[in-house]
Amino acid sequence: MSAGEILWQNVQPLFWALPVTLTVLGLLLIIGLTLGTGLAFAQTYGRRPVRYLCVGYEQLFRGIPPLLVLLFYWGLLQPYDTPRILVAALALGMRSAAYQSQIFRGAIQAVPPGQMMAARSLGMSKVQAIRSIILPQAFRLAIPPWTNEYSSVVKDTAFICVIGGLIDLTRQAFMKLAPLSMRRPVGTQLILPYLIILGLFYLALTYGGNGLLTLLERRMRIPGFEMKGKVER
Amino acid sequence: MPSGTENHLGDTILRVEDLHKRYGKDEVLKGVSLELRRGETKVVIGPSGTGKSTLLRCINQLSVPDKGRVWLDDVEITHARTNINHVRAQIGFVFQDFNLFNHLTALQNVSLGLIRVKKMRRDAALERARKELARVGLEAKAGAYPAELSGGQKQRVSIARALAMDPKLILFDEPTSALDPELIGEVLEVMTGLARGGMTMIVVSHEMGFARAVADRIIFMEGGGILEEGTPNELFTCPRCERTGQFLRKISELYGDTEQT
Repeated sequence: MSAGEILWQNVQPLFWALPVTLTVLGLLLIIGLTLGTGLAFAQTYGRRPVRYLCVGYEQLFRGIPPLLVLLFYWGLLQPYDTPRILVAALALGMRSAAYQSQIFRGAIQAVPPGQMMAARSLGMSKVQAIRSIILPQAFRLAIPPWTNEYSSVVKDTAFICVIGGLIDLTRQAFMKLAPLSMRRPVGTQLILPYLIILGLFYLALTYGGNGLLTLLERRMRIPGFEMKGKVER
Repeated sequence: MPSGTENHLGDTILRVEDLHKRYGKDEVLKGVSLELRRGETKVVIGPSGTGKSTLLRCINQLSVPDKGRVWLDDVEITHARTNINHVRAQIGFVFQDFNLFNHLTALQNVSLGLIRVKKMRRDAALERARKELARVGLEAKAGAYPAELSGGQKQRVSIARALAMDPKLILFDEPTSALDPELIGEVLEVMTGLARGGMTMIVVSHEMGFARAVADRIIFMEGGGILEEGTPNELFTCPRCERTGQFLRKISELYGDTEQT
């Protein structure tokens, strides 16, 4: 077998592992987005005890390494035979929610206070005002910083390889690297190219996702509702 | 003509009684009382920082007064059990810096309250909104976003937004103060039309020409209280307070109100 054939033989399984990574990524983004938005609004508009609770949550999840969070959840949910993919998505999703809450909190605060005042002056309730005035504007402002969180979360999915029995991209690569490294000389020479290909998988995910987000940002753009003062030169 | 004669005015629609408001150490309102009659245009003047804007905000409870009461007809707005959203839907508010909803077109800005608050059907609300935009001369700008409008156009849209709700009265908080001088006229024109058409309104403004021509009564405020109230004639020709005269002279010097005698 030529070196190219061996490489291809080992790259193919990465495609089979891609759905696991994508599923965890999708689920964790949904969890992080909903929980993160909720936390942000609770932190901005909630009563004091609610705010403290949210800050505590956020500090806790931002302060622990993602690897440990995953293991905690594994330890917590393993006794109940929770599907592993759910354990992974929940752990990383709740972690991401802590980060996303700060993105949305910033975005909510960037909406001028006069917007809420005008909405209330028309007779809208606070909830109505948040839903039809604050949220649509904050959401648009949140997209650029959110691309940051997306990129970082794509790479966090590599940590799920610590949960046994969940074969994602990185785990799959590790499984193929061991036999490869014992196959001298051709196998050992393929380690670096193989890892580069693994890296390209993640790069495609971040690049592709960010492209979609930029597209979304453009589609949602409202004339004049963006950073002003462009300097031509 | 409004000045001097008050025969066209109806019964009392708004009653403000002894309003006090304090921000930290500053007592911004020190017991303000006033009455507004149906169809009346009251212009509130006075140096900056005397609580004129706070007074307006306390009327529809955007700021909650520390003490004092406000009635709209026979509903006490300041009562804890009054549904404030229901009351606010009946009181238009026009802000100095417009506060149009940035993510909505002019038409959506005007129709939103009808749909969300008055629960009007969408097509009926849009039709009504178009009518109000036409009333302020902006039907051609229905699809424009706030950032695509001039300051004067923005303020006219915000007046249309208030009008669409069929308010019992409209509060104007320095509606022309954020505008370039050449855009002030178009906004004052709309407001003059409203006043002549019998709309009830309180206008905080430094536009003396407007006050003189349109106001039924002028209130002069200073230091958190009402110093003097009277018809434009009374205030402009022989103010009872020395301080009122001083202020009026200063303002007309600044704005070059040549009608001043």
